Amino acid sequence: MSDPVLRTRDVRIELSGGDAVIDGVDLTVAPGEILGLVGESGSGKTTTALSIFGYNAPGLRMSRGEIEIAGEPMRDAQAFRAARGRLVSYIPQNPGTALNPSLRVATAIEDTTRAANAQEQASSKRLLERVGLPADSDFARRFPHQLSGGQQQRVCIAASLAPDPALVVLDEPTTGLDVVTQSRILDELLRLRDEQQVAMLYITHDLAVVAQIAGRIAVMYAGLIVEEGPAAEILRHPRHPYTRGLIAATPDHLRPRLLGAMPGIAMAVTERPAGCPFAPRCELRTERCESELPQLEQTDAGHEVRCFHWRQTPPVQWTPIPQAAAAERAEETILEVESLHARYRGAHEEVLAVDDVSFALPRRGCLAIVGESGSGKTTIARAIAGLHSGSSGRILLGGEELIHAARKRTVQERRRIQMVFQNPTEALNPRHSVAASIARPAQVLRGLGGVQARAEVMRLLEAVRLPARIAERYPSELSGGERQRVAIARALAAEPEVLLCDEITSALDVSVQAVVLELLRELRDELGLSVIFISHDLGVVATIAERVLVLENGSVCEQGATREVLAAPQHAYTRHLLESAPSLSAAVEAWDAVGLSSAPSAPSAPKA
Amino acid sequence: MSAGAATIDSRAPRRRARLLRSVTSDWGGRIGVSLLLLVVLVAILGPLFAPHSPSAPIGIPGEGPTSAAPFGLDFLGRDVLSRTLSGGRSTLLLGGAATLLTYLVGLTVGLFAGYVRSIADPLLMRTVDVFLSFPALLVMLLFVTAFGGGRGVLVGAAALVLFPGVARIVRTATLEVSTRSYVEAAVARGERTTAVLRREILPNIVSPVVADLGIRFSWSIILIASVNYLGLGLKPPTADWGLMVSENREIISTNPLALLAPAAILALLIIAVNLTGDAYLRQRGRSGGAR
Repeated sequence: MSDPVLRTRDVRIELSGGDAVIDGVDLTVAPGEILGLVGESGSGKTTTALSIFGYNAPGLRMSRGEIEIAGEPMRDAQAFRAARGRLVSYIPQNPGTALNPSLRVATAIEDTTRAANAQEQASSKRLLERVGLPADSDFARRFPHQLSGGQQQRVCIAASLAPDPALVVLDEPTTGLDVVTQSRILDELLRLRDEQQVAMLYITHDLAVVAQIAGRIAVMYAGLIVEEGPAAEILRHPRHPYTRGLIAATPDHLRPRLLGAMPGIAMAVTERPAGCPFAPRCELRTERCESELPQLEQTDAGHEVRCFHWRQTPPVQWTPIPQAAAAERAEETILEVESLHARYRGAHEEVLAVDDVSFALPRRGCLAIVGESGSGKTTIARAIAGLHSGSSGRILLGGEELIHAARKRTVQERRRIQMVFQNPTEALNPRHSVAASIARPAQVLRGLGGVQARAEVMRLLEAVRLPARIAERYPSELSGGERQRVAIARALAAEPEVLLCDEITSALDVSVQAVVLELLRELRDELGLSVIFISHDLGVVATIAERVLVLENGSVCEQGATREVLAAPQHAYTRHLLESAPSLSAAVEAWDAVGLSSAPSAPSAPKA
Repeated sequence: MSAGAATIDSRAPRRRARLLRSVTSDWGGRIGVSLLLLVVLVAILGPLFAPHSPSAPIGIPGEGPTSAAPFGLDFLGRDVLSRTLSGGRSTLLLGGAATLLTYLVGLTVGLFAGYVRSIADPLLMRTVDVFLSFPALLVMLLFVTAFGGGRGVLVGAAALVLFPGVARIVRTATLEVSTRSYVEAAVARGERTTAVLRREILPNIVSPVVADLGIRFSWSIILIASVNYLGLGLKPPTADWGLMVSENREIISTNPLALLAPAAILALLIIAVNLTGDAYLRQRGRSGGAR
């Protein structure tokens, strides 16, 4: 095997207080290899990625370790600077903010070429072609805001490839994109890898994506690599309980099942215990785990795990979703939407965001609305909640027609429909305590007094599995998952019959998403809620919803039982969505079919 | 609002008190609050310690410092120290009242324009633009000429000149906050517009408003002083820091202290307001989490 493109040895990066953000990180990437670096937010993925560039976020410093790129040791800032662009380039998470909004596409690409002082300057035209973008001068003259999110990300990729680097570091490059675009970008990356033998370090929290693209995987937890090995090995036979937990928490549209929610939350780096950082959440924990930090231990060829008890890690359980619960749901309709139209007033003309959408939500049922970003999903929810001005059509709640503006509805009508919003950081008023946020709907919509509302807050916090002490906290003191659960509690405070969930897990880590989704399932059974669940993630939809409605450009292209739609899509667009959606089980089955683990440089597993 | 809401919100006042205390937890805040106290004390107790009458001439106009008058005499021969000690009440009261009124009007206009949008926004904001297009002093003078130079008129005129700037800042901040999900949640549960503005939006636009406070305060003092200087506002014998800076311009070469002493204390006051505001915002950011 040829010399590795990237080799880091025992890298430790600490806060000024001396707490390690990442510690003992050893990574090796061979030419043409894609290494998936997997972990949840706060695990140190991005810190690791940036350290390869010799860049540390303010307040952090590298206190130990060696980094070698394409055989050149990075000893000082000078060496790092010389390597940036020429040997290694970076593709950031959010292309919208990574591109300078005042620079044209061509300029953005030429800048990186010039900065890297590449000997053989590829023309921006060829670079655009290489990433599948139109190479005409009209496109090259556009500004970033005139591009879609997928196009922006491809421009970033083109720019980072301009100087022909040996290694590309990709930090969650598809997280903000819809599945169709994501799938195209992943194909693009694989093709570029095959053509140019670029090595890639692909950072993500999504195991389904990593299964599509990576030959090897390194799993990070609390700044430590806890497991590393061939993707086919790790995803089929995880040895670390945390990896196993992540796999169990990943929803899959081909194999819908109950998600395994790991108990507890990841701890901050400043409170890392002496022993294994995962021990507090681990089922296999023994006394030794709490006092002694396990070292990476070899299990098979090229597969290492940081756990004393890896031999006891049970295989991932696939618990099918209980069908009894779905069968007993009454066929009575709680919410009906008839030929809903919704318009937006744009700068120049009116845009029809929702075009003649009709559906019925059975009582105690869950209907998922699926579609790409911009397909009108959220607008439907806002229209039902009475928040969209400029909608027409009939909205019937329990057989009675609703006025479109929330303001003009009766208190009872407003109470019966509640919405949970997409972005947990914006869902709660940062100036209101958790208790005040949850109590308000109970007071306004149910007329509860202060003492009753207070008791209600405590009851609801318990219902969403949050400790009572959280009542006095403010949103900034909570994690994303906690905020979203408070937002659910706030909606439940109105004792609603219909809950509108607008992409409520899209901003959350997979393990937190699993907790929220399972909570929602339990609440539906406990409270008899009917749910409209908006999502772009087919895996999530298959996990939670009995019925699904597929939306394209504001109109319904297919609706029916989730099981049937996913198994035998009738509409071309639905098929397209399904083909694009990454699936962990499909990858695992493909590996199983081939036999043993595929070679690290083999192309990704075939898609679903 | 029902009694219930009061119970749930009972933590808010306590939190506010804690916040004010924590303003002094860093050096910027401590210096700001001490300076503010010092200036306010001078304004309130100053007249008691004035060695001479603030309005009667005691010597040659523009005379330099002597043992009897350590800051010298002003352009009419009055004791600068006594006038400085006596001039704070008028300055603080008029400037404070004008600033308060400015924010009352500016916040109301900006909140409604930014949140209600529809016809209210262009209507209110174009009116604001009209006000902005007149030179500040001209509006002040017109007002004072029309309604006389009483304290109420001065305060009202200064607020009229200053509120458009506040309204614009508030509107922009409101536009941004209005799209947040928690505002939508409040609309969806049928909260009245005033309740949405007061509970959901106002607490989240405090940062830009407070950041701007020091400038508005100093402008209101300067505006009122300019009108006074032109002889249209407060009548001459009145001691007022702003007025003193203006009226002693001619004797800057003979007794610079006549101008520098009131200017220095005004500067202290404005620095104090800004330091305190900044410290407040720092603490708020730390405890509340609003960006």
